[in-house]
Amino acid sequence: MTLSKGDFDDPGDLDQIFLDLVEIENNQMSNPQTTNNKQQITNNQQQITNNKQPTTKIQTEKLSLYYRAKPAFEDVTMSIATGCITALVGPSGCGKSSFLSCLNRLKDLMPHARVEGSIKLGDLEVLDPKLDVIALRRRVGMIFQKPNPFPLSIWKNIAFPLREHGIKNREEIDSIVETTLQDVGLWDEVKDRLKDSALALSGGQQQRLCIARALALQPEALLMDEPCSALDPISSSIVEDLILSLREKYTVLIVTHNLAQAKRIADYVALFWFQSGSGKLIEFGSGKQVFESPQHSLTEAYINGIRG
Amino acid sequence: MTLWKLKISSLFNRLQSQADLLLISILRILATITGAIVLFIVFFLILEAIPVLQDEGIVPFFTDSSWNPAEGLYNLTPMLLGTLFVTLGSVLIATPLGILSAVFCQYYAPAKIAYFYRRLIELLAGIPSVVYGFWGLVVLVPLINSINPPGTSLLAGIIILTIMILPTIALIADASFAKIPEEYLIGAASLGLSQWGTIVGVVFPAAKSGLFTGVILETGRAIGETMAVLMVCGNVVQIPRSIFDPMRALTANIALEMAYALGNHRSALFVSGLGLMGMIIILVVASEIINEQ
Amino acid sequence: MNQQQKTNNKKQTTNNKQLITTSLVWSVPLIITAIFFWILGDIIWHGIGQISWEFLTTATKDAGRSGGIAPIIVSTVLILAVCLTVSIPLGVGTAILLAEFTREENWFGRLVRRSLDVLAGVPSIVFGLFGNALFVRILGFKYSILSGGLTLACMVLPILIRSAEEGLRAVPNDYRFGAACLGICRTSTLWHLLLPAAVPGLLVGLVLGVGRAIAETAALLFTSGYVDHLPTSLLDSGRSLSIHIFDLSMNISGGDPNAYGSALVLIMLLLIINGMAAWITHRWLENRILYR
Repeated sequence: MTLSKGDFDDPGDLDQIFLDLVEIENNQMSNPQTTNNKQQITNNQQQITNNKQPTTKIQTEKLSLYYRAKPAFEDVTMSIATGCITALVGPSGCGKSSFLSCLNRLKDLMPHARVEGSIKLGDLEVLDPKLDVIALRRRVGMIFQKPNPFPLSIWKNIAFPLREHGIKNREEIDSIVETTLQDVGLWDEVKDRLKDSALALSGGQQQRLCIARALALQPEALLMDEPCSALDPISSSIVEDLILSLREKYTVLIVTHNLAQAKRIADYVALFWFQSGSGKLIEFGSGKQVFESPQHSLTEAYINGIRG
Repeated sequence: MTLWKLKISSLFNRLQSQADLLLISILRILATITGAIVLFIVFFLILEAIPVLQDEGIVPFFTDSSWNPAEGLYNLTPMLLGTLFVTLGSVLIATPLGILSAVFCQYYAPAKIAYFYRRLIELLAGIPSVVYGFWGLVVLVPLINSINPPGTSLLAGIIILTIMILPTIALIADASFAKIPEEYLIGAASLGLSQWGTIVGVVFPAAKSGLFTGVILETGRAIGETMAVLMVCGNVVQIPRSIFDPMRALTANIALEMAYALGNHRSALFVSGLGLMGMIIILVVASEIINEQ
Repeated sequence: MNQQQKTNNKKQTTNNKQLITTSLVWSVPLIITAIFFWILGDIIWHGIGQISWEFLTTATKDAGRSGGIAPIIVSTVLILAVCLTVSIPLGVGTAILLAEFTREENWFGRLVRRSLDVLAGVPSIVFGLFGNALFVRILGFKYSILSGGLTLACMVLPILIRSAEEGLRAVPNDYRFGAACLGICRTSTLWHLLLPAAVPGLLVGLVLGVGRAIAETAALLFTSGYVDHLPTSLLDSGRSLSIHIFDLSMNISGGDPNAYGSALVLIMLLLIINGMAAWITHRWLENRILYR
């Protein structure tokens, strides 16, 4: 059941990649962006992606998760490409969200969860029990279905995690708050009320704030668990555009039930399916391949079923 | 953000993990102390009770001719029966009243009245037992005295304790009624049951375990109450033959004599404390068994 | 015709039955409310005349028959202070461990919880015996404010812990996951997010604990003692307000007027504390936002 692409290179020096990413990001930041030309930029980026051979950011090897004795998913082997958007699709209850929560060890917080297999983030073994989980989670951000800003001010929602990671300089924090809020297109909406409660924002704004909060830590990968499904259509499309704008700079894994969305944004698509008692990865490939020439009959049925 | 900063920050992260470990070990120590208090209590009660138990054994506490520690007579039966009567009386009265009062809150009272009534019950629960005792002494006892002297009596104890433990059962019954799923009530109403019929036929059975817990807790409170029974029951060491007779409860006995008790006398008081502790442990275990079922 | 009469009769009986049950259900709260106001009214009626600035600020005279209650108030406050200084760290710490770091089925957590359930039911006079044995005799604190405060601390712990734990459990898991995903360590999460969000629960526990401690008499009889002088140190014996009421009404003939005054002061204190808690909780819930 190994469906990895096989043509990914092993990543080189992680720090170097990180620095490269930062550079790209800095270049991006200087660009004034509106939603329209953001779309253009992403189109350009898609071409870049297609031209360049992507490297692997996260590699899972026979990964399985059990709650008590009950498996959530089993034997998932997958390579997640650097700087690409990988969409996890499939019916509910087939382990997509559980899969995400393994990648940043969030499953540590869930009682009775047991993981088997291996996850490599670069050279780092994520499942190593001696791993510094805090440092890992800083490198791998996560966004939830329901926006979960802290009950703090907008400013402090971003500043609090920064301070926790040792950035104490007020000016530095202020500048990071401003740039990240600009990145998510929230700056103009909230710049006059940074000290107001984040809970007073609309759902879509809250979700963008959560994304900004994650981006402020400059993670390498971003895990998104149905980030749009709790939002109204307009907010949802704004957040979707935002996710598109993250391509290249970040490695994005997104769980979605919206196949149209997966088709619009994903470079790679992984289809999970509930099979013989647990979730399995039954198809993995580029978005084009999965949607246009699915290898697995279930994939075809699923895609057509949703269409019809 | 430079590589150097990243390294610093990862060092910082490691420190934070250390902080977490430190926090957890401090919390563990605190929780261990807290959890051990009950054991400490039992341990020190036993420690102080040992002298008289070594000298006399356990049987004399039930068979001696009277309670007269100065002469080595340790019969606790009158006090045990006193506690039993006053507890039984007050629980028998307070339980139906408390349950009815919760029924009122949940199903009869308009929301505003229910809110204020609940607050009133909470205040009633918060009034110090010494104030209840004082009120009983200056208001209730003279009243009973005018009916049947001397006034300080089993009856006075039962009345005061009833008022004191009523909030316990009322609040617990209220909370367990509130937990009953709405569908049960709607289902009963759609079967054409009257309000009272619904309460007796659906609400009470559904809230059974909560009500039992309430009864057990109020019983514990009644057994353990000291000040009120000390102040209104008259404290005569005797088995009361009518509700107008004075009596002495186990707790009151301790409160009265601890101040001057020495040697085996003091030790005997700790034996009665150990007895009280035993009753409470039985009640708590009983309530947990009910809750688990 | 006959049939209809029958139904009417039946309706009549149901109506009667309903009337009876309704009046029964309404009569209980009426009686309870009446008793409440009887007790409160009696104490206010007789106590209000006693209370004056002088009553609150002068020393007791003639075994409490005359004079004020200043030393009594000082002792009560000191006993409370000792009690809270010890019980708050113990209680909040235990609550945090139980709510945040212990899983439901963990043996240690279950053991601590069960032991707290028993502790909550222990009669106050038994706490008094324990305090007398351990603090007064074995540790040699004698009859003192320290002994009394420590005994009360053991007593209020279950209340404190239960409310604090409930307060923490009421904080949505979103915050915990959100913070974990940002790589924020649990200590900071606790300090900056969870504890502030749990403040209402902590406060309610604190107030209930203070209420229980201030109302307590039996546990103090043989731990903090009877001495009605102004205490000069924590190792001095000090008479709490509740013991003062007990002593005046039971042991001092002619003490009733001042007992009424003291009872009124005690009840007012409890009402103020309760009101304060309700107000703070209300305010907090209204704008549950924490600025920097």
